[in-house]
Amino acid sequence: MYAFEYKKAFSLEDAKSAFDSADDGTFMAGGMTLIPTLKQRLAMPSDVIDLGGIEDLRGIFVDGDTVSIGAMTCHAEVAASTDVKNAIPALAYLASLIGDPQVRNRGTIGGSIANNDPAADYPGALVGLGATVHTTTREISADDFFTGMFETALEDGELVTKVTFPVPEVASYRKFPNPASRYAVVGAFVAKTKDGVRVAITGAGPTVFRVPEMEAALNTSFTPGAIADISVPADDLNSDLHATAEYRAHLISVMAKRAIADCV
Amino acid sequence: MQISLTINGKQHSGDVEPRTLLVEFLRYQLGLTGTHVGCDTSQCGACTIHMNGKSIKACTLLAAQADGQDLTTIEGVAPSATELHPMQEAFRENHGLQCGFCTPGMIMSALAMVERHKGEDLDEKTIREELEGNLCRCTGYHGIVKAIAAGAKAMQASQGGA
Repeated sequence: MYAFEYKKAFSLEDAKSAFDSADDGTFMAGGMTLIPTLKQRLAMPSDVIDLGGIEDLRGIFVDGDTVSIGAMTCHAEVAASTDVKNAIPALAYLASLIGDPQVRNRGTIGGSIANNDPAADYPGALVGLGATVHTTTREISADDFFTGMFETALEDGELVTKVTFPVPEVASYRKFPNPASRYAVVGAFVAKTKDGVRVAITGAGPTVFRVPEMEAALNTSFTPGAIADISVPADDLNSDLHATAEYRAHLISVMAKRAIADCV
Repeated sequence: MQISLTINGKQHSGDVEPRTLLVEFLRYQLGLTGTHVGCDTSQCGACTIHMNGKSIKACTLLAAQADGQDLTTIEGVAPSATELHPMQEAFRENHGLQCGFCTPGMIMSALAMVERHKGEDLDEKTIREELEGNLCRCTGYHGIVKAIAAGAKAMQASQGGA
């Protein structure tokens, strides 16, 4: 690892002033992606600003028909939360599939979505449920938050504070995990919400995306059969040593159908 | 920078570089070499320890992040210098190790697994799923899974939990 300065923030104000005074500062949430990135020398920040001391960013709150999760809440807490399991079981299940137990004890929802790895699970839940991302300066709808591979709508120094999920009628997440990393080769999050059906696909493309053709068909008939003839073109999908774009396109249909089958 | 933390019930402090990994601090500064460096890429789990009761990979945490926290390493699990922890005993009895390199991490993961499933029976499927974060380069998983099941039972019998 290159040398860097380490600063631990205990409040959002701390974090902001540390970021503003750094040449090239980076925030660290759980560090499950950042530390391996630093080890591989893929990044060389002047300052690592640890958000681990900000207690206000932790916690899960259910309020009527929404579930809010603080940015520094770890995956293990979401997976184990009775409140989340009761309100949005698919969300608790999704959290239980991320990485491994040790990684789930450290990795956070805020870190995951701010990093926006194309194969991360949480973006699927955010877009699939139509969540809202709250930051230090504004609210961003999940549809606008994930802008590209490892790219989000966050501006320099802007921090995710919490994510608010509307409770759906029913939802399910099905993922085809990479057997080694447990990242999604393809993951499909399907939700029936009061504003209609949402289908979000993660792992397949440069960033999470919705499938409007599937959503339209499912709004008419919420059954796996309704999307039997709908396929997503392979043109813009990822192709790597784990799976070709054509294979990912095929997996999208399979995972989406399985997710719908869970719901009905 | 100065850090101070509790490890296996004892207070420790040290001067570390910001980029020092927790596993490096444990092994090279404190001489607690039971925590192993296997892959150093967050895959293998040989460096698994507990921080505030939760299993973590000490190769994917900065020593600075552990400042003020409460850690348990493999050196801290046996009840005395002459007695093994029931989980360690179960690994010995069930051929839960071949070369033994992954064993400290396996045992720390096993203890965390028992804690997470307190009051439930740990069946083979659950154990295999929960071991996702630990690799054995001898592929001795069959013995490891048997050992964890036996260790969990022994822990329950000896004190009704961890």
